[in-house]
Amino acid sequence: MGLTHQSCGSGVNREIFQRGMVPGAAYVIALAGNPNTGKSTLFNALTGLNQHTGNWPGKTVLRAEGKFIFQGRVYNLIDLPGTYSLLAHSAEEQVARDYLCFGKPDATIVVVDATCLERNLNLVLQVLEITAKVVVCVNLMDEAKRKNIEINIESLSAELGVPVVAATAREGAGLAALQQAVAGIADGTVKTSPYIVKYDEAIEHCIRKLEPKLKELVGEQFNSRWLALRLLDGDETVIRSLKKWLAEGTRVRAAAGGEILA
Amino acid sequence: MRQRSQLNGLDYILREVSILNPNGSLKINDAVVSKIYHKAEEITQRVVTRREKPGVDWDEKLDNILTSRVWGFPSMLLLLGVVFWLTVAGANYPSQVIASALFWGQDRLSDFLYWLQAPAWVKGFFVEGMYRCLAWVVSVMLPPMAIFFPCFSLLEDLGYLPRVAFNLDRFFKTAGAHGKQALTMSMGFGCNAAGVVACRIIESPRERLIAMLTNNFVPCNGRFPTLIALAGLLVFGLGNSLATTAVVVGVVLFGIAVTLAVSWVLSQTLLKGVPSSFTLELPPYRKPQVGKIIVRSIFDRTLFVLGRAVCVAAPAGAVIWLLANIRIGNLSLLAHGANWLNPLAQQMGLDGFILMAFILGLPANEIVLPILIMGYLAAGAMTELESLQDLYHLFVVQHGWTWVTAVCMMLFSLLHFPCGTTLWTIWRESGSVKWACLAAFIPLGIACTVCFIAAQTARILGLV
Repeated sequence: MGLTHQSCGSGVNREIFQRGMVPGAAYVIALAGNPNTGKSTLFNALTGLNQHTGNWPGKTVLRAEGKFIFQGRVYNLIDLPGTYSLLAHSAEEQVARDYLCFGKPDATIVVVDATCLERNLNLVLQVLEITAKVVVCVNLMDEAKRKNIEINIESLSAELGVPVVAATAREGAGLAALQQAVAGIADGTVKTSPYIVKYDEAIEHCIRKLEPKLKELVGEQFNSRWLALRLLDGDETVIRSLKKWLAEGTRVRAAAGGEILA
Repeated sequence: MRQRSQLNGLDYILREVSILNPNGSLKINDAVVSKIYHKAEEITQRVVTRREKPGVDWDEKLDNILTSRVWGFPSMLLLLGVVFWLTVAGANYPSQVIASALFWGQDRLSDFLYWLQAPAWVKGFFVEGMYRCLAWVVSVMLPPMAIFFPCFSLLEDLGYLPRVAFNLDRFFKTAGAHGKQALTMSMGFGCNAAGVVACRIIESPRERLIAMLTNNFVPCNGRFPTLIALAGLLVFGLGNSLATTAVVVGVVLFGIAVTLAVSWVLSQTLLKGVPSSFTLELPPYRKPQVGKIIVRSIFDRTLFVLGRAVCVAAPAGAVIWLLANIRIGNLSLLAHGANWLNPLAQQMGLDGFILMAFILGLPANEIVLPILIMGYLAAGAMTELESLQDLYHLFVVQHGWTWVTAVCMMLFSLLHFPCGTTLWTIWRESGSVKWACLAAFIPLGIACTVCFIAAQTARILGLV
């Protein structure tokens, strides 16, 4: 729907909606996905806000946060910048990745484009390496249908080991199922067994050596397998974020998330 | 103590990492990328079934025209022309209707105050000051916005903007700027502040600054109505919305040329460097959500403009009225200011009132023309102003405008400093007062220079 008053004029300087204004928020939900898969449309559909939407990749530059209420519980939804991967080659990728790891959302919705699933799955697999609390939302089902593309949602869910919901956010289709799935993940009633990529024995050997030590350092806070992999890769951005987190010693989730996202 | 030991723990782990993977010999990044890509391919093959492709690939067909070497530019120009023509032709009638309604309201308000036996200054301040300025902003500015905005949003929703970037990439690269600047520039048509924020998609700080500093050379939504009205004056007598459209399109193209020229100069001087490469995905064309766009444009955008008009135009009207009615000696403050600016303004083909209107219009470009009209009205005798004829009479007959005045004011409007909100946004986005100041003074310098050259050339050639 193009520009809205929140995305032009003085509105552009008002990025943070409702931060800290949702005292009753039971859960924090992150919204990740490739650029131009309809994340903002989904965000608007779920929250009723009017985040700027438009058909071009990279349009969401403003950080957005909104809430939705499902079955009496308040969910705080955070729209992350669209990224093709989480290997932190760009500022957006780093923001998204740091939030998923250090922000510790209660659930992460990864929005994927049904018309080019393969490329989108790269991101899903990378997210699964970081967190198990994932719901995959296969969006743009209407476009896929027009292009004669069929996706077996059940078997995709079985392959990935996390709930998968088909949706057409523009028409509001699949939103209820998505909310249901998110609720299940967030309150822990639905357990997932995410598919984790296995690497060559040489790498796995190193991971096995590092993982317990990292676990000792950060406890169950973060995914130590993923951290081990990032440290092995010599990823300066992760080391920096980790150092910062250790120095502050803060265990307050919201603070850590807000800090890194800021 | 505990924190220190934790940090030491991390250092210990990092040391172990450097032993396990000396100098990155494991090539983790390659392994991760290839494994993950391989797996994604595998899963896709298992869960996706693709029946025969649909007969006609409309995306490809459209792209063959809209991004082709031969037809890319003509089609872009045509689309631009159609959008502006719709805006010009469509805004004409509603403008007049709104104007007559609002000025009818002004008379009723006057009657009401007369009945209350309010003192003359109350009527002047509230009715001739605040209400009239508000009425002007709403009637002149609202209809073009209400038409241009949905059109722009339709193109954006359709997926046309990345195609514009694709077409213009070559030029921006030659200018030493980033190809994505075409996207941020396009956003500038909607609103310069939004365009400046959109510059975040450009990763290199150098190119982002270039894009931010040159964003205001495309006329934003708030300046279109001014340009349209002036273009209408310029071709007055032809009585043709096509001629008006042609002038507006010409002005916009000139703005794009200036964007490229200034980008080039900046990348040779203040912001030296080579353009970085990038990949931009051309998204599929999507059917725009027409109903939603229209509803949103009305409820979101129109109400927003009205709100902004009330916030900015009403106080501005009040200030103008005060300036026009507080006298020092036998001249009003407004006349003093205009007289003081006049010599400078005359050199640039403008007059003191016009320059004053631009300065007072800093908070929002929408109010420049209304301020000018208010200024002229306060100095002149005319009270009713409902159509282009009245405007022509006020500007040309009463205040001695020539075609050079109209052209120079259009150029000045196109090139001058961005509105206060945009400057504030630039300051916030660049984090530096220096760049925000440059963002105001570079365009101002260019506007003055271009107007000066235009006016002087016309005079020397004896065209006026």
